[in-house]
Amino acid sequence: MKFKHTLAAAAVALTVGTANAADIEVTHWWTSGGEAAAVKVFADSFNAMGGDTWVDGAIAGSGGVARPVIVSRILGGDPMGATQLNHGRQAEELVEAGLMLDLTELAEKEGWRDIVRPSSLLDSCTLDGKIYCVPVNIHSWQWMWTNPGAFEAAGTEAPANWNDFVAAAPKLQEAGIVPLAIGGQPWQINGAFGVLAVALGGTDLWKAVNVDKNAEAAGGAEMAKVWEAFGAARELATGSAVEQWNEATNLVLTGKAGAQIMGDWAQGEFSVAGKSAGTDYDCLPGLGLETVLSTGGDAFYFPVNDDAEVTAAQMKMASMMLSKSVQVDFNLAKGSLPVRGDVDLSAANDCMKKGLAILENPDNILPDGTQVLSPDTVQQIDDLLAEFWATASMSAADAQARYADLIGDAD
Amino acid sequence: MAQSQRPSSLFRNLSAKIAAIPMILTALVIFVGCTVWTVVYSFTKSRMLPKEDFVGLMQYERLWATKRWLVSVENIAIYGICSLILSLVIGFVLAALLDQKIRFENTFRTIFLYPYALSFIVTGLVWQWILNPTFGIQKVVRGWGFEDFTFDWLANTDYVIYAVLIAGLWQGTGLVMALMLAGLRGIDEDIWKASRVDGIPSWKTYLFIVIPMMRPVFVTTLVIIAAGIVKVYDLILAQTSGGPGIASEVPAKYVYDYMFRAGNLGQGFAASTMMLVTVLIILIPWVILEYGGKKNAS
Repeated sequence: MKFKHTLAAAAVALTVGTANAADIEVTHWWTSGGEAAAVKVFADSFNAMGGDTWVDGAIAGSGGVARPVIVSRILGGDPMGATQLNHGRQAEELVEAGLMLDLTELAEKEGWRDIVRPSSLLDSCTLDGKIYCVPVNIHSWQWMWTNPGAFEAAGTEAPANWNDFVAAAPKLQEAGIVPLAIGGQPWQINGAFGVLAVALGGTDLWKAVNVDKNAEAAGGAEMAKVWEAFGAARELATGSAVEQWNEATNLVLTGKAGAQIMGDWAQGEFSVAGKSAGTDYDCLPGLGLETVLSTGGDAFYFPVNDDAEVTAAQMKMASMMLSKSVQVDFNLAKGSLPVRGDVDLSAANDCMKKGLAILENPDNILPDGTQVLSPDTVQQIDDLLAEFWATASMSAADAQARYADLIGDAD
Repeated sequence: MAQSQRPSSLFRNLSAKIAAIPMILTALVIFVGCTVWTVVYSFTKSRMLPKEDFVGLMQYERLWATKRWLVSVENIAIYGICSLILSLVIGFVLAALLDQKIRFENTFRTIFLYPYALSFIVTGLVWQWILNPTFGIQKVVRGWGFEDFTFDWLANTDYVIYAVLIAGLWQGTGLVMALMLAGLRGIDEDIWKASRVDGIPSWKTYLFIVIPMMRPVFVTTLVIIAAGIVKVYDLILAQTSGGPGIASEVPAKYVYDYMFRAGNLGQGFAASTMMLVTVLIILIPWVILEYGGKKNAS
């Protein structure tokens, strides 16, 4: 009986689907528990609007696996209805080649310029004054997660900033606790390096290097301090032989490691384990030295399609993703911050509130590395940092010289 | 037994030639055509999309100034030479041992050949666990009481490529053994009888009589092993992901990462062209040696 019902329902859905509405296939790489729940918010809201259907096209693996698949499908003339990407330069060439739908009209009608905060997110979606993507959340790298219990066990105080942390590190090591947990994957090392550069070098230096690509600044004395600290971090991380970021988070969670430098998605792991912010774990935005947040995140792009119905449905979806209620539900599930400031986030925890408070002041906002550097440059820096991290004999000065060359050649 | 009246050689076996046309076209368009296309675009500044923006040798200059590429080349050389020699030697010795009319030969053959049925991904993951210092061999031996025992090749930038080599040999030697065994079985029994009558020790028989007779088998095996070496990618990806750092990177991974992850087609094309050139440098002299003199011989 049940089977018959399903069959009938499927048949109805099929006929309806082909008759007067479009199936929109949406590709993304959100497959972990919290991420899947967040996608479901989108899918349910879209289906509830009636007519069109959300067809889920999740691609397992991280962005590194999914992005080539997504890009080659668009280039190969088999575009999906919509796709997640990190906004910024990853889709730059696809937009230039006219493969992405122009959303400017919708954006002007709904006044995206006024509601999206920070405005740099929308700038990353903009090329030649036209808007090509919908930013849906803000993720920031600029956090260090600490376990106060681990510091207590080693007989020292929980650190309030990076300098305290470095000072406390020897005691942690004596107690058999790894001070700093970092997974061995290059993107994690690159992320931690970026956080150190912002916190120790300051935002001006970071902008000079990453936005203006100033090779002199990248090879200068200020940056040398950052490299020294990064070399010290390499020492502090010896002993944490893990690969994945969530394994590293788990080391902090269980008190085997003191701290981890990782983006705000790490918080999902703490909350899944039932830990509460402020007591079981603590968060230091900008390593406790600089109150800044870089604002990367995810955005949805809509590949150009010949079918007018699909285009209409794409517009509808774009509008839905930025609507108030969807923004709140989605971001609470994802653990990220909403892209509009005019929504109610009373359900957020302490660390999320710290982040929201920082975002209040536009001066505290930095673009994300992926927004200002091309994937090619990011890959080269990844390679360099991975080599440095794994080669104890490589000096910070040598690495810095090569880093300055890379920045000088960056486009 | 030459045919007495040959028709024009172009029309001989006409139907067979017509049947081969699709294959010839495929080979020309896909292999030759795409190869030429790749080489041409390796001289451009193509990023995510191919563009006819020629920049001369810029991509090659950058390639050979890149540490990761140099490490990759060094790794493939170490892996290639060691795996070529070791899998031939081990494979032949195993085959020779199995050839002694031992009991349970079928069982041993199955055991040795079994790893070959596993994909490189599975092989890589299995050996990643076995060699992992915290979970694998090191931990087991330390558990037996040898506290100072260290076997952390996977975490050691100098030795990690040999850890990959172990996995590669474990997977591939079985096939070499099977090929060699087939070759050994093809040797006429009378040769062994003759050598025994002459009182030649069996190791000498193997070395100076049997192995030269097995030349075709060795050539086939060599080609199979060499092809496996050039395209080694999945094993690295599964076992080490190129790490620690960039210590176990290989050229094929460089090509993939720069073409698809970094969105820099020009750089990826340049790297793959270098791979092609290397293969040609090795292949062309060998083809000339192997097939060049054949016309006179037969």
